[in-house]
Amino acid sequence: MGISSQLAQLGFFGLLAVFAITLSALAHDPAYAFHALIFSAAAMLVVAWKAKTFSFDGKAAAGLNRDEYMDGVVRAGTIATMFWAIAGLLVGVVIALQLAFPDLNFGLPWTSFGRLRPLHTSAVVFAFGGNALLCTSFYVVQRTCRARLALGNLAWFVFWGYQLFIVLAATGYLMGVTEGREYAEPEWYIDIWLTIVWVAYFLVFFGTILKRKEPHIYVANWFYLAFIVTIAMLHIFNNLSMPVSLLGSKSYSLFSGVQDALTQWWYGHNAVGFFLTAGFLGMMYYFVPKQAGRPVYSYRLSIVHFWSLIFLYIWAGPHHLHYTALPDWAQTLGMVFSIMLWMPSWGGMINGLMTLSGAWDKLRTDPILRMFVISIAFYGMSTFEGPVMAIKSVNSLSHYTDWTIGHVHSGALGWVGMVSFGALYYLVPKLWNKPSLYSLRLVNWHFWLATLGIVVYAATMWVSGIMQGLMWREYDANGFLVYSFAETVAAMHPYYILRAMGGAMYLSGALIMAYNLIRTVRGETRLEAPMGAVAIA
Amino acid sequence: MQFSHKKIETNATLLMVLSFMVVTIGGLVEIAPLFYLQNTIEKVEGMRPYTPLELAGRNIYIREGCYVCHSQMIRPFRDETERYGHYSLAAESMYDHPFQWGSKRTGPDLARVGEKYSDEWHRAHLANPRSVVPESIMPAYGFLETTDLNMKDAGEHLKANQWVGVPYSDDQIANAQADLVAQASVDGAEAMLARYPKAQARDYDGHPGRVTEMDALIAYLQMLGTLVDFSAYQAEANVR
Repeated sequence: MGISSQLAQLGFFGLLAVFAITLSALAHDPAYAFHALIFSAAAMLVVAWKAKTFSFDGKAAAGLNRDEYMDGVVRAGTIATMFWAIAGLLVGVVIALQLAFPDLNFGLPWTSFGRLRPLHTSAVVFAFGGNALLCTSFYVVQRTCRARLALGNLAWFVFWGYQLFIVLAATGYLMGVTEGREYAEPEWYIDIWLTIVWVAYFLVFFGTILKRKEPHIYVANWFYLAFIVTIAMLHIFNNLSMPVSLLGSKSYSLFSGVQDALTQWWYGHNAVGFFLTAGFLGMMYYFVPKQAGRPVYSYRLSIVHFWSLIFLYIWAGPHHLHYTALPDWAQTLGMVFSIMLWMPSWGGMINGLMTLSGAWDKLRTDPILRMFVISIAFYGMSTFEGPVMAIKSVNSLSHYTDWTIGHVHSGALGWVGMVSFGALYYLVPKLWNKPSLYSLRLVNWHFWLATLGIVVYAATMWVSGIMQGLMWREYDANGFLVYSFAETVAAMHPYYILRAMGGAMYLSGALIMAYNLIRTVRGETRLEAPMGAVAIA
Repeated sequence: MQFSHKKIETNATLLMVLSFMVVTIGGLVEIAPLFYLQNTIEKVEGMRPYTPLELAGRNIYIREGCYVCHSQMIRPFRDETERYGHYSLAAESMYDHPFQWGSKRTGPDLARVGEKYSDEWHRAHLANPRSVVPESIMPAYGFLETTDLNMKDAGEHLKANQWVGVPYSDDQIANAQADLVAQASVDGAEAMLARYPKAQARDYDGHPGRVTEMDALIAYLQMLGTLVDFSAYQAEANVR
């Protein structure tokens, strides 16, 4: 890189830092001022890094091989994934306990459930899930295209820009900066920042595909690409809003009432459909065949289920609005498409599971493969449960209850969590060039803690959610409602405690993973009996 | 002629463009009609934009994440209408940027909580929910009572709402600040009441002479679901 262009970059980020500090000084509310300061600090860190790596002979840093895969950013991504997984799960356990023991809200604004719940959902979905998608997509696209990531260090901008987005969003929630629409809570300026990062992400990913040395684009990349493009569309349209001031955090959504509701759930359901499903299917299509040592079961099935999945998912949003003021025809469309969605979902599940044909015996000795298989099983389970709950008569009972929470968690903990953990176990030894994981037996412990945790969580929420729904609508012989609302809240207490225990089990599994991976990176191997060894009688 | 998927999976741009086209269809078909179909944009007698104080209260409701546990959408079922009141109409959230229908009832629906409890009850409940509802698991919001409402840009808030389609008049915007204070005061609210029919003006938080966040939130809660007079509402009038 020439000296003048390096100077120009230094100048640009320096001006950005000064600009952000100015915004902070002029801000109308403390949250906006604080966020401008964070942004300015980030720009200053870039300046410091650019100054430190300044090369006076105008040449690129020595030792950089343009043909090698760019794995530094993937390594950073795996660390971030692990970190945010534990942070997100921990906040989840805390707010689960708050529901059981409300005194844990402490009466403070920034520790109350209403602010911590968006922190939990965003930390798990966007921080943990998002980083898992970023790092695996960067890893997979390079291997399957046989090409280094496109556009130089832009991938590093994507990584750090995304972490900055997470920090802005998370600190915003604690300070009460929210647009008040589920899973799209960050305010307007954070949304704009994410849009910039996301466009860069698209450019890196798509650019890498364009310069591939393989003629065919591997199926995992179809899913990653559809995920990136669709999330861009959803994010932009759902976050259209009018700021009260360019120097303040508050904005008002462009849409109102029923239009706002459907736009939001069009976004909300496809945050599930594309962020938490299509992207993670991309992960499944790479890591499951790799870990099993078998090719993908059916090429034809992957084509059919890809196109039908992305076409059908977009229609399913209205099932979040059954029996509301949304017109009936839209609700019915949402229901019908949700039920049809069962087929492509199970197409994906079958393609994943059947990839193990001829390799099922490996499940006995390979706990990582077991992790992938249970995740696909949970994918199948929750994509069956989803269409059932989208049927209007079922939804009339399940809506507004904890059954929905249970459903979401069997998808998030079971499918998204387990497939990501499997990918981390696969990636870390390879990325740090170690012969093996520190311990397979600890992976097995993680597997069972997580699996039992999910089962406890989901079963508890099924029972309590259905109980809640039935209590709300129970009439006595004289035609009076039997329960006051407060009585139904009291009835939930034991289930809230059990649910927190399920969540704590899942969290402890993730902590074991962190310990295992850290020792792996340090190059240690635990002396232990191999998995699945048969004791000779 | 045999179709081959090879064309698509060897051409990245084609793959991206086709994927994008496929994912746009559902949203277009479902969302676009909501902007012109009569039953989603009908006006119902009694609906008016929020007063500046109610709007400030609504923003506190959003800020504290009340929507994660309380819905504002009563479904047309016998048990819900008996528990909460008439089912919710689309028109009742026509000025809600954003909507707050919610998705979960950890606590009860609030679409028609207005005028069901006294201001004193709300104050006690928000400060310590278990003092009035022993089974409650709601966090305590005592800090609202000790925090002065930030009022310096009330007019700007109305203006932003006007920009996204809420029919605030220039008169309402110009007087936003004064109306906000007047609604939380014991008297002197005549001009405000003329600008906002059916609004209620009083000292909500028990601290006359001081406008706190508690004033704003209770003012908002006390007006929820009170605008439409359902004894005069004819559902069939909107059937087409």
